[in-house]
Amino acid sequence: MRESIKQLEMKNITKRFPGVLACDNVSIELKQGEILALLGENGAGKTTLMNILYGLYHQDEGVVRINDREVKINSPKAAFKLGIGMVHQHFMLVPNLTVLENIALGIRNTNTIKLDLEEIREKIKEITNKYDLSVNPDAFVWQLSVGEQQRVELVKTLCLGANLLILDEPTAALTPQETDELLILLRKMAEEGCSIIFISHKLNEVKSVTHKVAVLRNGRLVYNGATDDHSQEELAAKMAGHDIHIHVSEEKENFGKAVLELKDVWAKGDRGTFALNGVSLTIREGEIVGIAGVSGNGQKELAEVINGIRKVKNGNIIFKDEDITNLSAQKIIKKNMGYIPEDRNHEGIIPSFSIKENLIMKDYFKDSFSKFSFLNRKRIIGNAKRLVEKFNIKCPDIDTACGTLSGGNIQKVIFAREITRDPKMLVAAYPIRGLDIGAAEYVHNQLLEARDRNMAIMVISEELDELINICDKIAVIYEGKILDVLSKRDVTKSKLGLLMAGVSS
Amino acid sequence: MENKNIKNKHYIDTCYKLGIVVTAILIALFLGGILFLMAGANPFEAYAVMFTKPLGNKFGITEMLVRAAPLMFVGVGISVAFRSGILNIGGEGQIMMGAAAGIAFTLIFKDLPRSVLIPSAFIASFIGGALWAGIAGYMKAYLQVNEILSTVMLNYIAAQIYVFLIRGPLIDPKEIASGTGIAQTELLTKTAWLGKLIKGTRLHTGIIIAIVLSILIYIMLWKTTLGYRLRAVGAEAKAANYAGMNVKLYLVMAIMISGGFCGMAGAVEALGVHHRGLEGLSAGYGFSGIVVALFGGLHPLGIIPASALFGLLILGADMMQRAVEVPSAIVLAIQGLIILAIVSTRIFLTDKKIKEKIIKKIFFQKKDKIENNTETDAVETEEV
Repeated sequence: MRESIKQLEMKNITKRFPGVLACDNVSIELKQGEILALLGENGAGKTTLMNILYGLYHQDEGVVRINDREVKINSPKAAFKLGIGMVHQHFMLVPNLTVLENIALGIRNTNTIKLDLEEIREKIKEITNKYDLSVNPDAFVWQLSVGEQQRVELVKTLCLGANLLILDEPTAALTPQETDELLILLRKMAEEGCSIIFISHKLNEVKSVTHKVAVLRNGRLVYNGATDDHSQEELAAKMAGHDIHIHVSEEKENFGKAVLELKDVWAKGDRGTFALNGVSLTIREGEIVGIAGVSGNGQKELAEVINGIRKVKNGNIIFKDEDITNLSAQKIIKKNMGYIPEDRNHEGIIPSFSIKENLIMKDYFKDSFSKFSFLNRKRIIGNAKRLVEKFNIKCPDIDTACGTLSGGNIQKVIFAREITRDPKMLVAAYPIRGLDIGAAEYVHNQLLEARDRNMAIMVISEELDELINICDKIAVIYEGKILDVLSKRDVTKSKLGLLMAGVSS
Repeated sequence: MENKNIKNKHYIDTCYKLGIVVTAILIALFLGGILFLMAGANPFEAYAVMFTKPLGNKFGITEMLVRAAPLMFVGVGISVAFRSGILNIGGEGQIMMGAAAGIAFTLIFKDLPRSVLIPSAFIASFIGGALWAGIAGYMKAYLQVNEILSTVMLNYIAAQIYVFLIRGPLIDPKEIASGTGIAQTELLTKTAWLGKLIKGTRLHTGIIIAIVLSILIYIMLWKTTLGYRLRAVGAEAKAANYAGMNVKLYLVMAIMISGGFCGMAGAVEALGVHHRGLEGLSAGYGFSGIVVALFGGLHPLGIIPASALFGLLILGADMMQRAVEVPSAIVLAIQGLIILAIVSTRIFLTDKKIKEKIIKKIFFQKKDKIENNTETDAVETEEV
């Protein structure tokens, strides 16, 4: 076996990108068995720093030392040889292959000709049993939800036997139970001699599992020390550079009339089996309804049938007293429905299009942006400039290809576009996934403001804190059915957690 | 200060792109040179003839432009399809179907006045090519047949139909009467001939029509809502679907516009050069046009100079064949090499790491200055 990493030191790391200092003289240190939390807002330089450690970028200045030996990490392969494994925020999986084949990809086989999948299947079994991560090795990756893909990524890295793990927001897609299990697993791994670098926005997780914390802001290290020395609020303030107020919406008594009604809706998923098994739900004006559930239980299909992207097999969808069942996406958009999709990078935006083009994706044909089907360049630019400023989208300029932005900024582009359209109803799938605390706060404020303007909002999320804080009622979805709808008054985390696991009282 | 940085960045960026493309062409020409040596010719002499002789006199230049016109039509057509995510390899068949439609129209309506006849013939050709390409588009959108396969196969069918038409229903009655039976149509009525730009040469107004239409396509793609939709569907069909666009419809529409432009290349050859339908009318423009489109960066405005360059290449090859006695087929090989070289440049133009490295090496002395203002457009670097 390779030498285990007893001590890792990244010293005075500086990395420049055109116009931006992504990492400015950052030093961090990690000993065997320690868990280090890396905190920072979007664009603070966390991922850049980790990509340097993982060999995807090369630092302009500074050194990386492992066990007091200076190492050059030029590629992920080199990083892997040193025992560094990374689970990315964007999954690095091949959609057309099965889970088993994907995991086999990373493993150097002893036999060069024959691929021994059975051996790997055993290994996966061993690891999934050991850590209680449920993964079906024969499912194709394209069939899996984002949450399930995340689990595959975790299993993959564990299979590779890395002893320094970099986890880029690993819990973003897990349920509370799974998150707890993962945190227990991380602690156990640390006790067994693994070192872990844990990137997360969720301070409660950071507090509960990590030993040390490093806070980055605008590429600079602003804090480095023991986790226990500071409260969650203090850490949040260090990240943002100012105090953070977490918004909890007040209980509301009066809602307007029903905007969206689903009546016994059935729809098939990508696998050809029914993913929605008779969903009934009502959303009223000025109401935020949360859809809680482990991803892959029909949330994606629910959002898609409402927006006309997926066919309804049975049942009706009523929007503003009109039957919109199986209308085209275009018609539903015209009836003033907004949608923030789960897949931001390929559905929410066109990655090769510029920011200004992405910001008009649903309205390019309207008078505000075109006349006699000629695009109005001035207005498009004006619109983009206004939104980039208003929503604080960090980008070199509005002509930049949207796909090159960070995840958080891509989400801001989508959010800016959807919310400024001022829809009657907004479906927001995982609206703050991958966003830092400051940006999440902003998104929640905007959603609450929209609610007060009488917008009906559906928030699909796995983050119970988010749902409890902003939703007026929460529906729990499990295997394509709404198990229960809890009002703000009745909801507790443990109730939600049980329902999400399919346990209904 | 900032302005200067941006200017500097653009300057280096442009130099880099040009440098890469020029290097690619030089490599292609070098490899072509080996072919010349193998054929027993002096590569320098051959290249000299190929690139300079056509430009030496009025005849050469006009002939180059005569060849550039159909290339421009095809190039623009192909780029519309490529931009919309469709690889249209069926230009050759679409040219023939377009030519057949245009010729048939002109033969039937020969009494129409010139100002109606020529535009109508072009429209007929557009429709002919568009419908032919539409078959592949329909098959892709609704039956999920790979368009590369279908367009290539449709080329063979189109070639047979075209030959059948000019041997059968459209054959010149005189050929039958005299018993020679050459497969060609009757000479088109003179009112349908495209006007000459320069007396005593073959240069006709087709080139102007091609340039104007290229510019119109540029405007369509980048300045109109239709172009926005076409490009969106090509760039990310899932997102286009999410934004409410009818992805299948625009796929079919894109390939039909593409086929229509290829069809008009047929019209420009028939009305401008041959003044009748004959065998070999497409002259490989359907394939060369793909190279022109790629070489022009799939941009209608890039395709205008690119088609002139390839017109030169094709003409130069003919002249070289006579001058240094090597088969002009070698030019096809060189064209192939250029395609390969151009396609290989993509990684140098898009991979930021490689770009960074090369720029640093070339501008080594200016290293400090460059680090701040070159290579990528991406400032946000949180995720790769």
